[in-house]
Amino acid sequence: MRRLRLAESLVACALAAPGLFLLVALFILPVAGVLVIAFTDWQFGAASLNFVGLKNFTEIFADAAFRKALANTMLYTAIVVPGTIVLGLAVALAIESGQTMRAFYRAVHFLPYMATLAAMAITWEALLHPTIGLVNQVLTAAGLPTANWLRDERTVLPVLAIIGIWQNLGFAMVLFLAGLTAIPRDLYDAADVDGIDFWFDRFRLITLPMLGPVLMFVVIVVALHGLEIFDTVQTLTQGGPNHASDVLLYTLYRESFQYLRTGYGAAVTVVFLMIVVALTLIQTRIMDRKVHYQ
Amino acid sequence: MKPFTISLRSLGRHSFLAITTTFVLVPFIWMISLSLKPPGESFNGSFSLLPQTWHAAQNYTRAMTASPLPRFMFNGFFVCGVILTLQLLVCTPIAYALAKLKFPGRNVLFALVLIGLLVPGQVLALPLFILAHQLNLLNTYAALVFPFIVSPFGIFLFRQFFNTIPDDIVHAARLDGMSEFAIVWRIMLPMAVPALIAFSIFSVVGHWNDLFWPLIAVRSQELMPPPLGLMAFKNEDTGIDYGPLMAASTIVVAPLVIVFLVAQSWFIRGLTAGGVK
Repeated sequence: MRRLRLAESLVACALAAPGLFLLVALFILPVAGVLVIAFTDWQFGAASLNFVGLKNFTEIFADAAFRKALANTMLYTAIVVPGTIVLGLAVALAIESGQTMRAFYRAVHFLPYMATLAAMAITWEALLHPTIGLVNQVLTAAGLPTANWLRDERTVLPVLAIIGIWQNLGFAMVLFLAGLTAIPRDLYDAADVDGIDFWFDRFRLITLPMLGPVLMFVVIVVALHGLEIFDTVQTLTQGGPNHASDVLLYTLYRESFQYLRTGYGAAVTVVFLMIVVALTLIQTRIMDRKVHYQ
Repeated sequence: MKPFTISLRSLGRHSFLAITTTFVLVPFIWMISLSLKPPGESFNGSFSLLPQTWHAAQNYTRAMTASPLPRFMFNGFFVCGVILTLQLLVCTPIAYALAKLKFPGRNVLFALVLIGLLVPGQVLALPLFILAHQLNLLNTYAALVFPFIVSPFGIFLFRQFFNTIPDDIVHAARLDGMSEFAIVWRIMLPMAVPALIAFSIFSVVGHWNDLFWPLIAVRSQELMPPPLGLMAFKNEDTGIDYGPLMAASTIVVAPLVIVFLVAQSWFIRGLTAGGVK
């Protein structure tokens, strides 16, 4: 029996070894590395390093451009999350409320989530072109004011957020559809018996509370997607005009890889990691509770 | 009264969904529409979807010849294929060990997988860039591939799936004299086809669409995957002749969209599982 245990352990080690080695080399050590770099004065290519405490962090927070990027990322996420949730839920409820063309609507709304965002961003640029773009042509035809959407400090972030909603809406919809299917039919039958037949009351009293855990979950995941905005900024605005669309990952990319300001880039990376980890821990809590109640 | 309310409801449902469908589809339709039009027609402000003079052949030819687009597409297929193959080779055995074997340190190993799952790829970019520089990998295919050869999500997904396969099957295979290695590849993986498909879609879509890491890892056009190649094409192509650029975008987006339309529910399953990782 002991021999068997030992043999099993050896086999397990052999099977797990490549994965373990790569996990350590490509995940664990790099995370440790970036944490170390963030507290040192090491620059890319330098031969020596000294611990400098929080200096890199005081530097980034003293930098107006970084604070702007952080605020922009928060604002972007604060628009994308409610926009995606409300629209995704509305589409899911609408699809669920009838029998016809379900698969068609589901597929169509999911399309942006899987399409190459960098390529679709170029199309959005064409749509938003100040003179020949479809958006401004339609607005002009309707007698509404137009704008240079991606070059105007006031409009650039909301417009990027609309693209973010466009992209994430189908993802939220799919999770809501799964959540809606899981609500027992007899709850609605019971509501019928109780005389609750106005759709909004049914939504407010049954659908929304039953969807609670899924809803919280989608909020967190879409918020994580929002914080990770990069492709549209890189393709369309490069953080401009005047830092109006600077976001965390774009700052991370520019400082770390274009300017090779390693300490600065590492500090931005750590701030980004902290925010993501905090949100993920909240998400795990919610999942645990959901599992617990079932 | 009843049939009337039902049809009114149905009308409301389809009207609302028609509006959201339009919002979702307009960029796709406009992309294809502009890819068919001559330069003049992009400017004249017509709403028509189809061109007055067809310019599709010229636009698509220019997209395929003015930039190394065929090369970008090849790079995309090649890099995604290599990444997925390596991920499966690495993740399947470790997932089997975690699910079916008892060994000291199993919980620690699983904790490492969970930490890997928690860390977004962009956090690893700076240290992996330095590592790639040290190993002289920058600006090679290897640079595009190496950060992804182990996927914590893949390990996690396969472990979950293997957990649902009864231990008796493993015992029976052992009694038949199969090695553990053979059990992984000839018993476990074939039984985990749903997880295999879901993970493959998650992986290929993610890496086909990725712009962030290729932007850091490669500089030469011969190595660029499609999204990065499009950026290069966009920056080269001066002016606002959208035709060739939209044709190139259509070509880049098309493979995934076509597979999606064929294997819709697999796609949705794979990407939502991955999106919530």
